[in-house]
Amino acid sequence: MPNMQKEKTAMPEQLPDVRNKNFSEVALGYSEEQALNEAQRCLHCKNAPCVTGCPVSVRIPEFLALAAKGDFVGAYHVIKSTNSLPAVCGRVCPQETQCEGKCVRGIKGEPVGIGRLERFCADRAMKLMKEKSPDESEGATNSAEDSCIEKKAFTSEGDDGIKVAVIGSGPAGLSCAGDLSSRGYKVTVFEALHKAGGVLVYGIPEFRLPKDIVASEIKELEKKGVDIQCNMVIGKVLSIDELFDAGFKAVFVSTGAGLPRFMGIEGENSNGVYSANEFLTRVNLMKAYRSDYGTPVRAGKAVAVVGGGNVAMDAARCAKRLGAEKVYVIYRRSEAEMPARREEIHHAKEEGIDFRFLTNPVRINADEKGNCRFITCVRMELGEPDESGRRRPVAVDGSEYDIDVDTVIIAVGTVPNPLIRMTTPGLDTDRHGCIITSDGVTTTKQGVYAGGDAVTGAATVILAMGAGRQAAQKIDEYIKGLSKKTE
Amino acid sequence: MFKILKRDVLAENVIRIKIDAPYIAKKAMAGQFVIVIPNENSERIPLTVADYDRSLGTLTLIFQVVGRTTEELAALDEGDSVYSVAGPLGRASEFEGMKKVAVVGGGLGCAIAYPQAKALHEAGVCVDMIAGFRNSSLVILEKEMRAVSKNLIMMTDDGSYGEKGLVTDALRKMIDGGAGYDAVIAIGPPVMMKFVSLLTKQYGIKTIVSMNPIMIDGTGMCGGCRLTVDGKTKFACVDGPDFDGHSVDFDELIRRNNMYKEQEKQSMSLREHFCRLYKLSDGN
Ligand SMILES: Cc1cc2nc3c(=O)[nH]c(=O)nc-3n(C[C@H](O)[C@H](O)[C@H](O)COP(=O)(O)OP(=O)(O)OC[C@H]3O[C@@H](n4cnc5c(N)ncnc54)[C@H](O)[C@@H]3O)c2cc1C
Ligand code: SF4
Ligand code: FES
Repeated sequence: MPNMQKEKTAMPEQLPDVRNKNFSEVALGYSEEQALNEAQRCLHCKNAPCVTGCPVSVRIPEFLALAAKGDFVGAYHVIKSTNSLPAVCGRVCPQETQCEGKCVRGIKGEPVGIGRLERFCADRAMKLMKEKSPDESEGATNSAEDSCIEKKAFTSEGDDGIKVAVIGSGPAGLSCAGDLSSRGYKVTVFEALHKAGGVLVYGIPEFRLPKDIVASEIKELEKKGVDIQCNMVIGKVLSIDELFDAGFKAVFVSTGAGLPRFMGIEGENSNGVYSANEFLTRVNLMKAYRSDYGTPVRAGKAVAVVGGGNVAMDAARCAKRLGAEKVYVIYRRSEAEMPARREEIHHAKEEGIDFRFLTNPVRINADEKGNCRFITCVRMELGEPDESGRRRPVAVDGSEYDIDVDTVIIAVGTVPNPLIRMTTPGLDTDRHGCIITSDGVTTTKQGVYAGGDAVTGAATVILAMGAGRQAAQKIDEYIKGLSKKTE
Repeated sequence: MFKILKRDVLAENVIRIKIDAPYIAKKAMAGQFVIVIPNENSERIPLTVADYDRSLGTLTLIFQVVGRTTEELAALDEGDSVYSVAGPLGRASEFEGMKKVAVVGGGLGCAIAYPQAKALHEAGVCVDMIAGFRNSSLVILEKEMRAVSKNLIMMTDDGSYGEKGLVTDALRKMIDGGAGYDAVIAIGPPVMMKFVSLLTKQYGIKTIVSMNPIMIDGTGMCGGCRLTVDGKTKFACVDGPDFDGHSVDFDELIRRNNMYKEQEKQSMSLREHFCRLYKLSDGN
């Protein structure tokens, strides 16, 4: 008999007033009892609507059945067979619009907490694996020191397998590398920054996705033989054509959509105005919140974050944690249109973030030293639906008002970096700078595949991961085709 | 990788390191920069490529000790390794069509101006160099600069070396004397570049300046390096670092460079005055 409890089993969390002063994970994770209780809420529907909601078709009822019996490791392996990063996805997927959005239990109550259980199974399995081989407990080893020995190796003609290059180490790149390596390829991942992980390390904060989870995923890949080369800005230090010259048979481009957009309003270059990327990179990648790290960050007394996505939520919550007394989120549509995960909007509200919906900034005002002093906004109302299907916000005449802030964080979206596009003849992109593909991953240049945000524009971890796996499949087919031709 | 092969002190607090970085050395061009992280916990800072040797795979960087990060870099010795070096970043300088050029360097800016002068000289362009320092103890690279320029004019603020005065005084004198420059390249503190640009504007001489704003990634990802050129927002790391000196909004640049002044003061251990990399408030 399934457990007919209407609500999801509550997730233990740090109290709002405590957690908004620290960077530790907000959601503490289920206990074994709670996990069993929640897993038993699944009705095991024959048609499994939840699976159709998952971009990588995790076999949800199957893993929930194992979890309900207490076989969490077995459940983990079911998830892992289609999802390379369960511990990450359980934490950051927008489940309410994916699996859980389709769950039958959601009709008369709350859906099964699929994400929470995915997280529990993954955490449990990873903990057990760590206990078995304790050397894994250290973080990823892609430091300058370690990669230096390997660095010499990647260009020498190895006899240890066919070489494939992956550019960018976000979820798309990592999953592609993992799959290719399982298929026997010798994979080198080139990453521009000094740490691997993409948005998972530089964007999403510690309190939502602890960095040691990402580090152990990366460590796992390295143990499989994937070589991760950090500090390699492809397009500058080596071009894609040069990678082919160096003996790589195929290239996967997963460089994300990391270029910040600004609003183009007056005063945007004032001191104290950041792109969310800059602010989050300082905080997460460069650990500006820790006194033992050198990078400064200036989160003032009063902060306005402009935007309504996950990026805006993360920036607002980081600013609060850095000690800002007042943090506003300024969003031009209403709450219903916000693209952020529901859970994060809820968390942000609990933590004391002040939401100003249907509000749009028109000007940032600075003092004579150039320091931001207040932001002038205008109220909006929703008009006719636009091409995205959401009602278009229009400014209300004469509704301008000021909010005193000394910091403004712009989180109105990002676009792909043009570096690869500019240095790779034959690789076509659309007018937004996104790489054009025929089937989601095959580009216009032979041997070059692409996926993740670099193709779709800013999207989700799970879609990027799915694209990485699809590309691994295509690359495998392509390389097998090549060797047939030469036979 | 990134091992320091050679390290010498050029002047008080000005250090030159030669590091093992074969991939970067292969691609580096005058005008480009790298992002350096001295130790794992350090900040990412941009440093201009001062020289490179493609066959030996070495890269030379010159920096002034002005804050916590440059102190950390200065603490590394020959044989030690730098945690991370990424590049070469930014666009290479473009010298097309130049025949006679004045290269103006201010303080540590000379370390950036020198490779440009050298590249011009090697391309057969006639180069005059004007190098300004606060006083004689801060003079760097004189021998190197002399080797690549037809005339080298050394200036100090206090007259303790070379001529007394500002680089703009010397530049005006040369132009008025009929030097006939078709371009001026100015590299140094933002105020110096601002006044050089104002001067050359009067004469209608094309002027290129090299920007040194705050940077994090150096690849276009953060927007922290943005500046206004001709009324438009540009990213110094990808659109520059070289820009038309007559179009740059220097006042905004100077304001933005002061942004972390307070925090830098706090995060610094030895010297009390702020400045990142080549933000040489003391160069001129
Ligand atoms: C703050 C923030 C919060 C988010 N929250 C969520 C969430 O809760 N849930 C969710 O599903 N999604 C979320 N997203 C979106 C999600 O993170 C992205 O869709 C996903 O990471 C895209 O993966 P990717 O592999 O395509 O690219 P990225 O993760 O962007 O990785 C690209 C990597 O390529 C590197 N690179 C770029 N250019 C080069 C080059 N020329 N040479 C070498 N390397 C290069 C970059 O440095 C980067 O490491 C969030 C994004 C941000 C910014
Ligand atoms: S991967 Fe995401 S969508 Fe798929 S089952 Fe897990 S939480 Fe749901
Ligand atoms: S340094 Fe980050 S965009 Fe230029």
